[in-house]
Amino acid sequence: MTPETSKPVLEVENLQTEFATPNGALRAVDGVSFSLSPGEIIGLVGESGSGKSVTGFSLLGLVDAPGRIAGGSVKLDGTELVGMSPQDLRKRRGKEIAMIFQDPIATLNPLLTIGQQMEMALAAHEKLSRKAAAEKSAEALARVGIPSARERLTSYPHEFSGGMRQRAAIAIALLHRPAVVVADEPTTALDVSIQAQIIHEMKALARDYGVAMIWISHDLAVVSALASRILVMYAGRLVEEGPSAQVLRDPRHPYTRGLIDSLPSATAPGQMLTQIPGSMPALGALPPGCAFAPRCSFATDACGARPEMVQFGARGWRCLHPLGLEQKERAAS
Amino acid sequence: MKPRDQYLKVEDVSKTFTSRQTMGGKLARAITRKGPPPGLQAVSGVTLELAKGQTLGLVGESGCGKSTLGRIMAGIHSPSAGTVRIDGLPVMEHGKKTTTAVQTVFQDPFASLDPRMKVGDAVAEGPILHGLIMPSMAQKYVERWFARVGLDPSLSHRYPHQFSGGQRQRIAIARALAMQPKLLICDEPVASLDVSIQAQVINLFLELRRELELTCVFISHDLSVVRHVSDRVAVMYLGRIVELGETQSVFGRPAHPYTAALLDSVPRIAAEGEALVEFKPIEGEIPSPLNPPPGCHFAPRCPR
Repeated sequence: MTPETSKPVLEVENLQTEFATPNGALRAVDGVSFSLSPGEIIGLVGESGSGKSVTGFSLLGLVDAPGRIAGGSVKLDGTELVGMSPQDLRKRRGKEIAMIFQDPIATLNPLLTIGQQMEMALAAHEKLSRKAAAEKSAEALARVGIPSARERLTSYPHEFSGGMRQRAAIAIALLHRPAVVVADEPTTALDVSIQAQIIHEMKALARDYGVAMIWISHDLAVVSALASRILVMYAGRLVEEGPSAQVLRDPRHPYTRGLIDSLPSATAPGQMLTQIPGSMPALGALPPGCAFAPRCSFATDACGARPEMVQFGARGWRCLHPLGLEQKERAAS
Repeated sequence: MKPRDQYLKVEDVSKTFTSRQTMGGKLARAITRKGPPPGLQAVSGVTLELAKGQTLGLVGESGCGKSTLGRIMAGIHSPSAGTVRIDGLPVMEHGKKTTTAVQTVFQDPFASLDPRMKVGDAVAEGPILHGLIMPSMAQKYVERWFARVGLDPSLSHRYPHQFSGGQRQRIAIARALAMQPKLLICDEPVASLDVSIQAQVINLFLELRRELELTCVFISHDLSVVRHVSDRVAVMYLGRIVELGETQSVFGRPAHPYTAALLDSVPRIAAEGEALVEFKPIEGEIPSPLNPPPGCHFAPRCPR
């Protein structure tokens, strides 16, 4: 089953999430659309405040008041999730779509053993004997690379290292073999060597079990090592999408270019880094047109109008002056 | 005359943390004839030198002792053994800090600035207390440093919560430099910042270092950042320095298997024409520093 030919398992169409404030609603996610095929890993990249995490939460219907999903559609295997009753959502959450969070300490209950927590997660969607549950839990722990998994079931979270805790959280998220996993910066708090181990294992899980993943991260390098496709978010909107290698090598949107160029590895040691001037505008004070225009060196008066997403083959960009193309056009004319 | 390349001299520094003993605990140990509780050796036998105007990168994973070493150099912790000298003078003597010549910029600019103190006052406080400037000159002095770190001097009357993370880190740098330190220690100064803001702060650091001929210790778990800013680099593992040398040679031709493995586990964007970068993860995890393996600490995980 290749991702290209199979039917998408998740289809997101014009998703909009708002947060009510005394000064009016702030749109944290503004018209995000994408689809995900079984076994595919896509990276959702952006800086703090870009709306990437809220997008992840919205997919699972985990946005609490004062936030609300203001519009759009999220279809999981053809079933609409937006507007679904909380009871029905609960039946699907954890079983068909699951989430892995950044901080495994906050995810795990410190008062229960890992085994008890896994048993509870199993019991939420399945009737199993305690013995069968323990069997299944140990298997899941072993699969994410925890040694002597059976003995570790009786351990408490504080007895695990940070990397082991995140593995346990991943094992819980994968217990029911969900079709889609949303991972929100799952390796950001971990050391590079542990991060490398987990990325290695996640790739194997996606390949072997056909789990589709949305990997939310601010780290372009991590995403490039993991995801086949990248979505770049800025101020609540998708500004660029496409196959990882193409987006990173030949970005169309000036913001993507800026992100790549500002990495220390893009410049010779000791030399000044290329920096994007300014910082991301507050959601309440977005410019009317392209949100990146005030920081963009290519911006013209035309950028005062909101650019639409331009789709071209597998690539897409929301920019009036896409990089790499204009130069070619100019050269041609 | 001290040789110029021994501006910072760390000699055989160790730090052992012991848990505090309660009366009952002491009694129980006396009765059961157990010795004193085992200490946690956070830093052991570290010796290094740094020339004036150079930057030393200190890298390693969490728990390797890099921050503890930084704190010992800054005179925040007293070493259990060994000495740290700057320009020939000890940073700490008899467990008492003897110098203001070392200043630190910490990771979290939200925690390192007093939320109830105007940022200008935070920058001026140290220099006034230590007699570097007269209180009447404070305003001008602060404004000069604000301009130097790329902040609008008129913002000095604001409180920390009115600034973004990147701006706060600039304030923290101004606060440290206003003390006119001989040695600046940066403990993960850009770890909590976004990529685009991180680039701005690194550039500021490079600029200031050149203008002021700063001698720096740059602590980070981010190898690409350390490679970018350091002249020399020390790789730490479980309290020991496992590799020390010029940045170019340590990153280009790592001698220690741990350094090599660490470099391999850093994700990077594949270069033009290169296939997707494959990881070679290090097996296992860092052993507990309470009970480190005998001999080479890395031996149980070493691929060679």
